[in-house]
Amino acid sequence: MKIKFTVNGRPETVDTDPMRRLLDVLRDDFGFLGVKEGCGEGECGACSVLVNGEIVFSCITPVGTVEGSEILTIEGYRNTERYRAIEAAMEEAGGVQCGFCTPGFVLAAEALLRKNPHPSEDEIREGISGNLCRCTGYSGIVEGIKKAAESEGVW
Amino acid sequence: MKEKKKDSTAVRGGTASTSRASISGPVPRQDAPGKISGVASYIGDLCFEGMLYARTLRSTVPRARIVSIDIPAMPEGYFVVDARDVPGKNGVHMLTDEQPFFAEERVNYVGEPILLVTGPERGKIDQILRGIRVEYEEIPPVFGEEDSKNPRIPPLFGERNLFCEYEIRRGEVEEAFFDADFVFEGCYHTGAQEHVYLEPQGTAGVFDGERVTVYGSMQCPYYVKTALVGGLGWKEDRIRVVQATTGGAFGGKEEYPSIIAGHVAFAAIKTGRPVLLVFDRAEDVVCTTKRHPSLIRMRTAVDDRGAIRGMEIDIALDGGAYVGLSPVVLQRAMFAATGVYRIPCIRVKGRVFATNSVPTGAFRGFGAPQAFFAVEMHMHSLAEKLRKDPLEFKRSYLLSMGDPTVTDGRMKQEVPLPRMIDRLCKLSGYEKKHRAYKKEKTRRGIGVSLFFHGCAFTGSGEKDKIKAKVLLKKEDDESVSILVSNVEMGQGAQTTLKKIVAETLGCGLERVRYDNPDTDRVPDSGPTVASRTVMIVGGLLAKAAGRLKRRMDEKGEVKIEERYVQPPHIEWDQDTFTGDAYPVYSWGANAVEVEVDPVTFEVRVIGVWGIYDVGTPIDERIVGGQIEGGISQGLGYATIELLQKENGRLRQKNLTDYIIPSSMDFPDPVYELFSSSYEHGPFGAKCAGELPFVGVAPAVAAAVQNAIGRPVRRLPVSPEYLFEAEHDED
Repeated sequence: MKIKFTVNGRPETVDTDPMRRLLDVLRDDFGFLGVKEGCGEGECGACSVLVNGEIVFSCITPVGTVEGSEILTIEGYRNTERYRAIEAAMEEAGGVQCGFCTPGFVLAAEALLRKNPHPSEDEIREGISGNLCRCTGYSGIVEGIKKAAESEGVW
Repeated sequence: MKEKKKDSTAVRGGTASTSRASISGPVPRQDAPGKISGVASYIGDLCFEGMLYARTLRSTVPRARIVSIDIPAMPEGYFVVDARDVPGKNGVHMLTDEQPFFAEERVNYVGEPILLVTGPERGKIDQILRGIRVEYEEIPPVFGEEDSKNPRIPPLFGERNLFCEYEIRRGEVEEAFFDADFVFEGCYHTGAQEHVYLEPQGTAGVFDGERVTVYGSMQCPYYVKTALVGGLGWKEDRIRVVQATTGGAFGGKEEYPSIIAGHVAFAAIKTGRPVLLVFDRAEDVVCTTKRHPSLIRMRTAVDDRGAIRGMEIDIALDGGAYVGLSPVVLQRAMFAATGVYRIPCIRVKGRVFATNSVPTGAFRGFGAPQAFFAVEMHMHSLAEKLRKDPLEFKRSYLLSMGDPTVTDGRMKQEVPLPRMIDRLCKLSGYEKKHRAYKKEKTRRGIGVSLFFHGCAFTGSGEKDKIKAKVLLKKEDDESVSILVSNVEMGQGAQTTLKKIVAETLGCGLERVRYDNPDTDRVPDSGPTVASRTVMIVGGLLAKAAGRLKRRMDEKGEVKIEERYVQPPHIEWDQDTFTGDAYPVYSWGANAVEVEVDPVTFEVRVIGVWGIYDVGTPIDERIVGGQIEGGISQGLGYATIELLQKENGRLRQKNLTDYIIPSSMDFPDPVYELFSSSYEHGPFGAKCAGELPFVGVAPAVAAAVQNAIGRPVRRLPVSPEYLFEAEHDED
């Protein structure tokens, strides 16, 4: 089946089984390896991507459901000014350790901050609650997002 | 918007010491840009020309003889790899080499690997695996220690199902118990725990007709290499091991990767193609190692003045089906058995028993968390029995410099706990809260734990077994390469090791290079375990850098080698477990405040405080990350991480039913560093990676005990357990 969507700003058409996981299509067909598989069942968020601006677990998303959508992975997002604000803040706050969950958290932060540019700590914690991190205990990630939100004129 | 709780310094937590070493200030984490941007290449991101995938057929029964394996005809390009494809010994070398790479005649746990199917398409591999039939003749399995006594169950290991058994005695313990006014007893259970590194395990094997290269997510490239030497029966120079960026490990990637390194090596040799084997989460949960469940019985002889005369401690750990690293885990548990206390005489017995279940192994803390849970709860309960304040009671037994350790070594450094406790009480408001909660019956509670972690390998392991060797090389282009086998796995080794070298040389960080270890390039500086990387390997690098500094003006390449030399103050007899079990200790004190729901019995953590002495922190932000992450993992272990076995099978199968902390579950910890300086550590550093995990669970349990007014003797402190504890008539 032919499925059309936009990935990282480029229109694409894939001819594939619509039940294939979006995760596999992004990794295997497009080589977007920043999309990680941590659990394969929508619990950990390492596979997070943005679909029309909403955070989505690509491991439980059949590719057929993204027909006509705009998909953003870390590979597309990392060229933006907003990414640079998050990157600098995450580094400074110690939000990165093993890094496997990190691209997912960055996209979760984007999904949160684009709707709510000045979130409270509770709103940040809720905003990233679909993503698991085993290394940091979340303190560094939460503080990183707080700092990113303080970047003037970005959000 | 909420008011910001903290100032805007880069580091949460703070430093309580008056002087702060210049090296401790945080620097940009060297691996962060590649990880945030998704550029870092983990094992599942590797791709080789003509690469095949692989998946494992595993035992579905806990114990059986394999009668037959019916494999349908393989489509072209697909292969089965099994024990017959192991050219050397079918045994994975760790302490012993009894655990097979692939089961042959027998299987001993659910999840034990039997064979691999490899080929170009993953979907097809799964289809082939579904068509393979294994006929088993089941053997009565050993599920617990009591099964060793059942004559109808043949032993799994030796005659008594014990992988190992040790005893340590110090002083006249029988006399102490004979003279006792009363004996206080307690039994403490801890459950299994899953590591849940976010990146599941994986390896890739490449064979070029002469040499085999294995890439993998791993902590110990040379453990893997040694296992491959055994499995392949080849000379070392034909084997190369390269660490891929590793997405968390926590001990789970200490011994386990050796098994799947063998699998991909055998498969690559058989097929002549590169082979990638990456677990999905469910497979990772089924077959990789877990934290040892424990049952610790403690008996304390108390005299008529209410003073402790002696202790008898009996530690039993469930080792699963193969010995793995269990004897060393047990030793660390035994050496921590009396905690931070001065006990006049002791007897500590320990054993690891075999069961037909997935092997247990290395996990942050390595036996110490179980021992500290038992001793901290025991001391707490004994204080309550004597109608004394638990913290004051503990305080009166603190070890101090010159006191004997469990193994009759001597505390050779100052024990900073008294000052740490004062600070902890001030930060947490412990004393007032503890008294109030005891009276008020508000179902709130606060608890304290006191603990240490023995830095680096136990006993003379560094000198006799590991014999670490590091290289520092000034390259032609004037950069300096760190050549060690210790990996970056999230703990910050890349940054801290570079910092140690740059600070010693007096050069910028950008001049120092560190690449993922490749055994063709790096010497064996030992495994990335036991919180040894900064203190031992960093210490050797600091020495090497000191020597290199004098030769930096030389033209061209300069290579400096440094080998481990045991500090002269250590005396240890491994046969009798006598002397200094560790070169030095890091110290910690935690306070945890909780509220126990009167209806659901859920434990809500309200506050967490910690004071730590890890020597000089090499980077406060990185040490802070270890503390915050260790506390989070410890809170999970204490409260929500339930991993149960039922008839040899794990009841939890993935992250849907095995729950780890999310961003919503626990408050940010408040902590401070108390920096002493250790003369044999680089810039005075001791160990930091495991310590923050060790004390969390006993502090949670003590807080719950304070809240419900009932003894807590089991981890995790689950609602089911608390319901039972509160309705227990005893």
